[in-house]
Amino acid sequence: MTTEQAIAVPETMAGEGAGVPPRRGRRPVRNLLIASAFLAPALILLGALVAYPVIYSIGRSLYDAQGSGFVGLENYATMFTDPATFTAIRNNVIWVVVVPISCTILGLIFAVLLDKIKWGIAFKLIVFMPMAISMVAAGVIFRTTFQENPQLGAVNAALVGIHDTFSPEQGYPGARPRPDEGASVKDGAVVSGSPVSTGDSALFPLVGVGQSDIPASAADATEPPRAAGDEITGTVWVDFVRGGGGENGKIGDGKKGMPGVTVNALAPDGTVAGSARTEADGTFAISGLTSGDYTIQLPPSNFREPYKGVSWLGPSLVTAVIILSYIWIWAGFAMVMIASGLSAMDRNLQEAARIDGASEWKVFTRITAPLLAPVLIVVFVTLIINVLKIFDLVYVIPPASSLPDATVIAVQMWAVSFGGGNNQGLGSALAILLLILVLPSMIINIRRFKQERER
Amino acid sequence: MTASELTIVRGKRTLAQRITAGFGRGIVNIVLALIAIFWLVPTIGLFLSSLRTSTDNSSSGWWTVFTAPAQLTVENYASLLGNGQFMGSFWNTIVITVPATILVVVVGALAGYAFSWMQFPGRDWLLIAVIVLLAVPVQVALIPIAQLFGQIGLFGSVVGVILFHTAFGLPFAIFLLRNFFTQIPGELMEAARLDGASEWRIFSRIILPLGMPAIASLGIFQFLWVWNDMLVALIFTNASSQPVTVAIQSQLRQFGSNIDILSSGAFLSMIIPLIVFFAFQRYFVTALLAGSQK
Repeated sequence: MTTEQAIAVPETMAGEGAGVPPRRGRRPVRNLLIASAFLAPALILLGALVAYPVIYSIGRSLYDAQGSGFVGLENYATMFTDPATFTAIRNNVIWVVVVPISCTILGLIFAVLLDKIKWGIAFKLIVFMPMAISMVAAGVIFRTTFQENPQLGAVNAALVGIHDTFSPEQGYPGARPRPDEGASVKDGAVVSGSPVSTGDSALFPLVGVGQSDIPASAADATEPPRAAGDEITGTVWVDFVRGGGGENGKIGDGKKGMPGVTVNALAPDGTVAGSARTEADGTFAISGLTSGDYTIQLPPSNFREPYKGVSWLGPSLVTAVIILSYIWIWAGFAMVMIASGLSAMDRNLQEAARIDGASEWKVFTRITAPLLAPVLIVVFVTLIINVLKIFDLVYVIPPASSLPDATVIAVQMWAVSFGGGNNQGLGSALAILLLILVLPSMIINIRRFKQERER
Repeated sequence: MTASELTIVRGKRTLAQRITAGFGRGIVNIVLALIAIFWLVPTIGLFLSSLRTSTDNSSSGWWTVFTAPAQLTVENYASLLGNGQFMGSFWNTIVITVPATILVVVVGALAGYAFSWMQFPGRDWLLIAVIVLLAVPVQVALIPIAQLFGQIGLFGSVVGVILFHTAFGLPFAIFLLRNFFTQIPGELMEAARLDGASEWRIFSRIILPLGMPAIASLGIFQFLWVWNDMLVALIFTNASSQPVTVAIQSQLRQFGSNIDILSSGAFLSMIIPLIVFFAFQRYFVTALLAGSQK
């Protein structure tokens, strides 16, 4: 990317004085006519479709839903008392606080690090690419990536994968021992009815196992293998035959083993002396025990709900996901702008400071960052203006159930005036609120223009 | 300290620096590679989803294609290309975007020339008015223009959307082009005027050719802006004139998770902006740098 060329334009654009030619105004009327002809199309379009609507909306915001009754500033009061619009305003505040600063910092970090790698251009293109696609497409991308089902949503799939690597229990929520078959429940764990001696076996017929919780790998349960002298063996199985039949508490008749169950051997003092996990057929063998009696325990971790990831698009996190997708799009903008500023910078000062022994961090905070300040401010202000008007992503990413929690001013403006609310008075007031919020940037624009003229 | 001492000291430092720098560069490479992967994965995921059948997409994630590549198919794209309604919306996007881009460039260039090289009373005030309009949010115009278009029969038509996009593109267009046109050397204009050239001739023979880089920047910027718009089209178009962005979001709202249609549709809608972006990104960056207030 030839950013050097890119930065050249605004730099040379600064000089306005050259623009006013020593024009010989011999025929002012004719000049005016010609100028009008050149300007007319633009002024008509701007007047009819931009300027007139501003004035109309200001007026309309003072009338009620139908537009017949004058209500003064009532719509503006409603904005802050109606829970839906108030949520929207609150969310907009979150957006404005979080997004511009995050994007600018990320863009700054990327732009500084870019210089240090050989594939900087490729990196730039990758991060900048989302700027080219529509927010609707970006919304589809993020909605899919963050969907809840860990089989389908990539983020939850990754979370579940990480979680299961560190705590690989197969969850059997609701499973409990069949009554009167020896085993009982104690503190959420299933324990053998009486202590088991080394060389013996323990049986755990469980009921209440959800059919969907039995993994496809489960095989028919088998009798426990013969235990060696330092071993305790056993079987954990689903003591239930689909469709009926079978004898309670007995293995066979197609009853399934329960794989992945953690089994502990507890010494009389309650410490874990050994543990094992059940095989596909439900059998386990705890070995390496000193001879004696042990209580066999299936710890509570076996009976927890399996981890299914995070409800990203639910009411509490949906705004975070939308903000993330926005940063995904706009960090590239900040990076490209800041990188242009960096490449246009005279690096002699930095070199001199380095030769004087200044650390890289000092060079950055004392020289580079202050020199970059004008670019950083432009990036920051641009982001604020764009964040205030955010619509598409918030409209597309949340499922209908969490949209009320994610809503922002622009979405609410659409909803109350076009999306069924049918209150164009309140809608106009919300639009004027947006206009008021961008007023500071308008003033900055005018001031910048005037300064440019005076130079 | 003599010159030779200095050399030795600096030589030592460079060696130490080289080691830490090499180490640091390794870390930077790894960190940026991870970030690049994070940035790419969502898009790659959507692309792979678009190459899987709806049955596969509803039972397993796109990453399973790495272990079972046999599930890849262009079925979704084939059915999308045969879907009259979707292709209609695709066509509408083109019908809206191309005129809205050309109009902004032409009208903006005419006004930009008047603001940069013509003298007339009130010029500066008009220019300030244009700069004020630069930051007006589109939301302000939605209700009044919907009523206006309803009265003159433009509501629901492609023409209305084109006019809306043109009007809201104009402040930026005038700002960008005027700034660029003022850089064109005044002697060229003076010489042409002495030769008796008309203003139109100066505009078409001098300003337009020399202003090409700025015009290209503006064109790319406006093209991407209009192509990717959803809000304006959502309000001013109907089922037969809606562009592809509106078609995709209505699919999303009606069916929620039919990711096979959504992903392939989203990808088809992204192809042209991505081509434009990669081919002309230098101009796009120029436009961003020139007026990032839009």
